[in-house]
Amino acid sequence: MKTNDVILQTTAKVVFFIIFLFSIHIFFTGHYAPGGGFVGGLLTTGAIVLLLLAFDLRTIQQILPFNFTIVTAIGLLLALGTAAGSIAFNVPFFTHAFDDFTLPLFGTTSLHTAMLFDSGVYLVVVGSAITIIQSIGGDD
Amino acid sequence: MINLLLFPIIIPFFFAMILLFFKEQVVIQRVVTLIGLALSLVASCWLVATVKAEGIQTVTLGSWPAPFGITMVSDMFSALLVTTTILLTFFVVLYSFKTIGVERERFFYYPAILFMITGINGAFTTGDIFNMFVFFEVLLIASYLLIVLGGEKRQLRESIKYILVNVISSALFVITVAYLYSVIGTLNMADISVKIAEINQPGIISVIAILFLIVFGIKGAIFPLYFWLPGSYAAPPIPVLALFGALLTKVGVYAITRTYTLFFVHDLAFTHQFLLVLSLLTIIAGCIGALAYFDLKQIIIYNIVIAVGVILFGVAQMNTAGMEGAIYYLIHDMLIKAALFVLIGIIIYITGTSNLREMGGLIKTHASLGWFYLIAAFGLAGIPPLSGFLGKLLIVKGGFEADHAIGSIVILASSLIVLLSVIRIFIYAFWGELKQPLPVTSKGSYRAMMIPAVALVIITIAYGVGAEWLMPYMSDAANVLTDPSIYIDAVLKE
Repeated sequence: MKTNDVILQTTAKVVFFIIFLFSIHIFFTGHYAPGGGFVGGLLTTGAIVLLLLAFDLRTIQQILPFNFTIVTAIGLLLALGTAAGSIAFNVPFFTHAFDDFTLPLFGTTSLHTAMLFDSGVYLVVVGSAITIIQSIGGDD
Repeated sequence: MINLLLFPIIIPFFFAMILLFFKEQVVIQRVVTLIGLALSLVASCWLVATVKAEGIQTVTLGSWPAPFGITMVSDMFSALLVTTTILLTFFVVLYSFKTIGVERERFFYYPAILFMITGINGAFTTGDIFNMFVFFEVLLIASYLLIVLGGEKRQLRESIKYILVNVISSALFVITVAYLYSVIGTLNMADISVKIAEINQPGIISVIAILFLIVFGIKGAIFPLYFWLPGSYAAPPIPVLALFGALLTKVGVYAITRTYTLFFVHDLAFTHQFLLVLSLLTIIAGCIGALAYFDLKQIIIYNIVIAVGVILFGVAQMNTAGMEGAIYYLIHDMLIKAALFVLIGIIIYITGTSNLREMGGLIKTHASLGWFYLIAAFGLAGIPPLSGFLGKLLIVKGGFEADHAIGSIVILASSLIVLLSVIRIFIYAFWGELKQPLPVTSKGSYRAMMIPAVALVIITIAYGVGAEWLMPYMSDAANVLTDPSIYIDAVLKE
């Protein structure tokens, strides 16, 4: 029997971008408001899981052709690299630095290396969560 | 190099990440793992030299002042344990090239080992009680992978038990830390020690001390809490068993030693008497197990339980001799357990069985294996000048000095039972006639397995013979444990 999920699929396509943008928003506001890498990563995973529900596993692997184990590894390297940058300056491990920069579109913005660490967390969360879902869902 | 003490943690962590990129290339995995461990070994030796020359090394992460940030502390005790951990992991990894099988190597075997080393070294080095919990989880989650990797029926069954027990003990750990935090209001270990001294250890703190003993006792397999260990450790393949037997229980022993020498030192008559009785019961339970089995793995596994009891008996004395003995014996036991597991792994490989009754006469075909096994067995039992002697001597001396003569006599008697249990393996496996034709094994892999085994045995011999040169390091380590103010001053000096 062929089911017709045209409503589900159309809605998923629209809602995916809303959830994804919200996850990016949550990720960037983490320093001053509730949010951060972990919640942001889980929300992104949630968006991808919505696509998985609406379509099938193979379609998702075609539109997102990443090896998510490697995504996890890159996230770990980013997090460790940010923390280990302090070794080069001979200050205690995990010492972060920040400064104000004037960016073309955003105006004066405070950039903090904790953000890089957070993007590592984000990648690890997305990578490991999707790996779990793919390996459970892909088992026949 | 202000961050030097973190290198033995960061380097294995970094190399484990690198290995995730080369899942299928087994040769790259092996080479990168060895390079990573060699670099960590260099870093940890450098760390030991620095601690020896300049005293306790501390760094508070993120440049925050001491009780507010996470402090990592490397005193001589933890520096020595970190070095031993990396050293024996190096040889066990070398041993697993021929024994673990390509299928497992393709499925994150080496990254799991390196992540586990990260957790173990972190737990040895941290100066923050909640950070210690996090590092415990790092090493436990890696060990969950190692115990189930391969997916044999027995491994699946035992890993369920292992994970269940450890999840419960981790939950208890969090609950205990929560109690401690609500009473004391700090998580930094040096600061906790100061605050407990200020309120002079009321009853609630003694309750927390016993809760910590239960938590770490489950990890470190002390008397009523060792029930999970014999079954779980027998399930994974030999190299994993060697790592578990040599390292994992010792992290629990380290944590008990640290908390019982730094935090709970104001009501010795209650807490340390409790620890003393439990350690003696642990020895007795281990002795019964070690004599009861005709299975190679089970005999050595119960010897782990005995050693945990002996070390904790030394710690419970709270005098210099007992503490030095406990530290010396702890490191000896890590090395000798790795050597013994690797050696019985070779015996099992040659005979194709782990049942003592089905083997015999190996000395005619594999003489060098037999003699090295005998040396390791004598080392375990503590025959001078081998490595088990001095530690046990000091522990027994500490026991007599602290008027625990009966305990010391139990330790001496347990040595005989340890000797009997391991010599039984030697007699059954190496003496007599061949019971049945040996299965065909390759000479090349036998030789490749012997190299790390022989290296480990030689290290234990050197550790025993070179005790004279090592004693200054041991007494440095014991000084910090018997006098917590050295540790506190090093952390909270600013």
